[in-house]
Amino acid sequence: MSELLTLTAAQAAERVRTGELEPGELWEAYQRRAAADELNAYTWVADAPGDVDRSGPLGGVPVAVKDLFCTKGVPSQAGSRILEDYRPPYTATSIEKLHVAGAPLLGKTNQDEFAMGSSTEHSAYGPTLNPWDTGRVPGGSSGGSAAAVAAGSAPWAIGTDTGGSIRQPAALCGIVGLKPTYGAVSRYGMIAFASSLDQCGPFTRDVTDAAVLLRALAGKDPCDSTSVGLPGPVELPSRTDLQGLRIGVPEELSGDGVEPGVLAAFNETLDRARELGATVEPCRLPHAPHALSAYYLIAPAEASSNLARYDGVRYGFRAPGVRDLLHMYTETREQGFGAEVKRRIMLGTYALSSGYYDAYYGRAQQVRTMIARDFATAFERFDLVATPTAPTVAFELGAKTADPLSMYLQDFLAVPMSLAGLPGISIPCGLSEGLPVGFQLAGPAFSENAILDAAHALERSIDFRDAPWRSA
Amino acid sequence: MTTWEPVIGLEIHVQLDTRTKMFCGCALSFGEPPNTRTCPVCLGLPGTLPVVNAQAVQYALMMGLALGSEIAPRSIFHRKNYFYPDQAKNYQISQYDIPICLGGHLGDVRLHRIHLEEDAAKLVHLGESGRIHGADASIVDYNRGGTPLCEIVTEPDLHSAEQARDWLNLLRVTLRQLGVSDVNMEEGSLRCDANVSVRPAGSTELGTKTELKNMNSFRFLERGVNAEIERQVALLESGEPVVQETLHFDPSSGRLSSLRSKEEAHDYRYFPEPDLVALVPTEEMLAAARSAIPELPAERAARYESEHGLIADAARLLAFEPAWGDYFERVVAAGADGRAAANWTEQLRARIGAEAEPSVDPAALAKLVGLVGGKQLNAGGARQVLDILVAEGGDPEAIAEREGLGAMEGGDELAGIVAAAIAANEGAAEKVRAGNDKAMGPIVGFVMRETKGRADGGEVGRLIREQLGA
Repeated sequence: MSELLTLTAAQAAERVRTGELEPGELWEAYQRRAAADELNAYTWVADAPGDVDRSGPLGGVPVAVKDLFCTKGVPSQAGSRILEDYRPPYTATSIEKLHVAGAPLLGKTNQDEFAMGSSTEHSAYGPTLNPWDTGRVPGGSSGGSAAAVAAGSAPWAIGTDTGGSIRQPAALCGIVGLKPTYGAVSRYGMIAFASSLDQCGPFTRDVTDAAVLLRALAGKDPCDSTSVGLPGPVELPSRTDLQGLRIGVPEELSGDGVEPGVLAAFNETLDRARELGATVEPCRLPHAPHALSAYYLIAPAEASSNLARYDGVRYGFRAPGVRDLLHMYTETREQGFGAEVKRRIMLGTYALSSGYYDAYYGRAQQVRTMIARDFATAFERFDLVATPTAPTVAFELGAKTADPLSMYLQDFLAVPMSLAGLPGISIPCGLSEGLPVGFQLAGPAFSENAILDAAHALERSIDFRDAPWRSA
Repeated sequence: MTTWEPVIGLEIHVQLDTRTKMFCGCALSFGEPPNTRTCPVCLGLPGTLPVVNAQAVQYALMMGLALGSEIAPRSIFHRKNYFYPDQAKNYQISQYDIPICLGGHLGDVRLHRIHLEEDAAKLVHLGESGRIHGADASIVDYNRGGTPLCEIVTEPDLHSAEQARDWLNLLRVTLRQLGVSDVNMEEGSLRCDANVSVRPAGSTELGTKTELKNMNSFRFLERGVNAEIERQVALLESGEPVVQETLHFDPSSGRLSSLRSKEEAHDYRYFPEPDLVALVPTEEMLAAARSAIPELPAERAARYESEHGLIADAARLLAFEPAWGDYFERVVAAGADGRAAANWTEQLRARIGAEAEPSVDPAALAKLVGLVGGKQLNAGGARQVLDILVAEGGDPEAIAEREGLGAMEGGDELAGIVAAAIAANEGAAEKVRAGNDKAMGPIVGFVMRETKGRADGGEVGRLIREQLGA
């Protein structure tokens, strides 16, 4: 039984395919673990796998899904009171694809409210705890999905990454997290935070599982005009060395602002890459230091508009005892939204307002273009770039909630890729003070196969053994 | 005393006659029960995304091409952010500074721009007046929400309420002919706001303008604009300035009231719609739009004047009602003279109504025209034949013969009746002999009665003059 729980999803799916493993047994084992979760990783756990054809490529391996994905008839609350017990009449395209491919829904996972945060402490449903140390955060905003996979209460999970919300929690929880190229996966049914940045991606135990999920997720969706899919099939990674691979290490994203223990693990991994045959050299992304500022104008601006629909008129929470329209709007949103969401709505509204648009939103979009160009230039000389995923290891609950800016800084290594729409993966590469450190590889648009392959080779060499799911 | 020149620009919203909504697959609604033509997208449910309706784009391209606009090689959608329950997302997807069409003209009026956007839902205020003030509650019907709209903005090239009304009608028939919209003001598929200012005649500067809303018929448009012109002139003549504001037209009183009390300076915080990609019309799309444009009313009227010699009013009437224009052309094709064909088409239209299908066989009408032209029928007789053609169809010549409606030939019979008429109307005869041609009336009337209207009026007159030596 416990051996079953230490299989990777691909291994479990293979055993289901060969008949060695009953999908029902797999389901029950994980359902039990999820229902017994003490990390507050889940906001809802399924009783039954539902009508899913478990003979598909995902082999009946159940998947945990971040709460902001619309799942028909099942609470989809995006970590917010304003959507408490909201049950959508439809399922997100990406999740529908997983069901069709044979993965039943295990449960919905906790998150920072409307995906705004880097610790899952901004959930209206309480924080999620890091299985490595329950006094610490799992990262965010997809903290629930990351914690569930790290703790072994889900074999794999889905999250979203707008400014690092898959990669950073993956790093803080010592698992694999992938943000695909913007447009590779449909956003239809993903409760929106920042439309030009949001992307759906997998949390997994290893790189191969990430490839398996990406294959099921990717594709152009007629319901999402910004989706393009991937130009070719996702290949299962097979590389065992990095011969001929040129890795650039941006100076701006590999020194200042990163804590020493993280930097040490990162540099060791760079040495490993060299041993595997990669060329590893510094490179420059001159506008990367401005990425965080640009992000914290663009994302809240889009969010201020995306979240306008939560007004008590049609669905979700409506404040009781209101006397007129304006009162209903203000009371509903005052009571329904948490502090971080309100902060970003105000910031975003300001950035778009008359007289300020050009100086803030307009300028931020120009900086975004410069960052994209920086990457394009770097990719003329390099195949991939490498950075630490997060500047710190998992921090203590409450350590950064008093200072929003200190929380925002968690994302400064991930945000440049988000702004440029580029794919990035985080793999666990070592420990610092007993806590996991993440290693990020990013590449040009649609280079997922190259990224997965390189990550796979590195992962083999690193042989990270410490994750809690291994001793589930 | 100053002569004031009104300066008027129009902002028109046209509901497009597509099968589905602008950004989702819901069918358009025509009076269905409330909230039965909705889906997660047009309800603004969490997680939904818009997808552009290709037919709406084609209609916008057709409009732009037909009206001589420049088609933007790349246009984008913007979000117009404001909170109101008739806007499911609390923003409207519209176009802002890069619309699909710029410029253009129709008749004497230049266009500023044409752009695509989605319609709002319908709010019903529950209370005595049906207006929002004093309502106990309001309810929302989202059936209309998301319907595709084209907004057309003119330059301030109109200078009277009548001109504005006439021009709007020209736009209406043109868009009707294009087939892009029902353009029915009563049903709400054509909506028009006016921007009105006045200035001293001869001045080239623009005065302060006000915006007039809620004029939902041609008549109200004309009344509202006239009322506002009067109001502004009165203000300026008493030394008061015109304040820029939005005015609401009240159809029951014909008066305008300021919306200033609920006027909040709206900052719409426009930004490019991140859920949609740019509209880049391809050569294929433009060619398809071009070939879908039929002959438009203004062109058709001009053609009727030049090709068929119709006078302007007659040409306009037929050109603006394509069913009748088509019929007229078939009558001409069957051999009738242009002007006469137009006249008799109009006679038919007067009998059966403009909305009815032209029911008389074009060849038959052409034949009728020929009989009149050849003087086998006079006008009175022909009208009676037409009545019979409308009622039962048939061959005009045979009908005339059967009913005895044929024009009376000139000659002895007629000369005899004229003589009798003269004898019976000595007084009139004297006056005519004396040179008063107009006194002929009673004598002609006598002849017409005797001949049951079959005599040719001109011939009768000639005979009378001949016999009286006048």
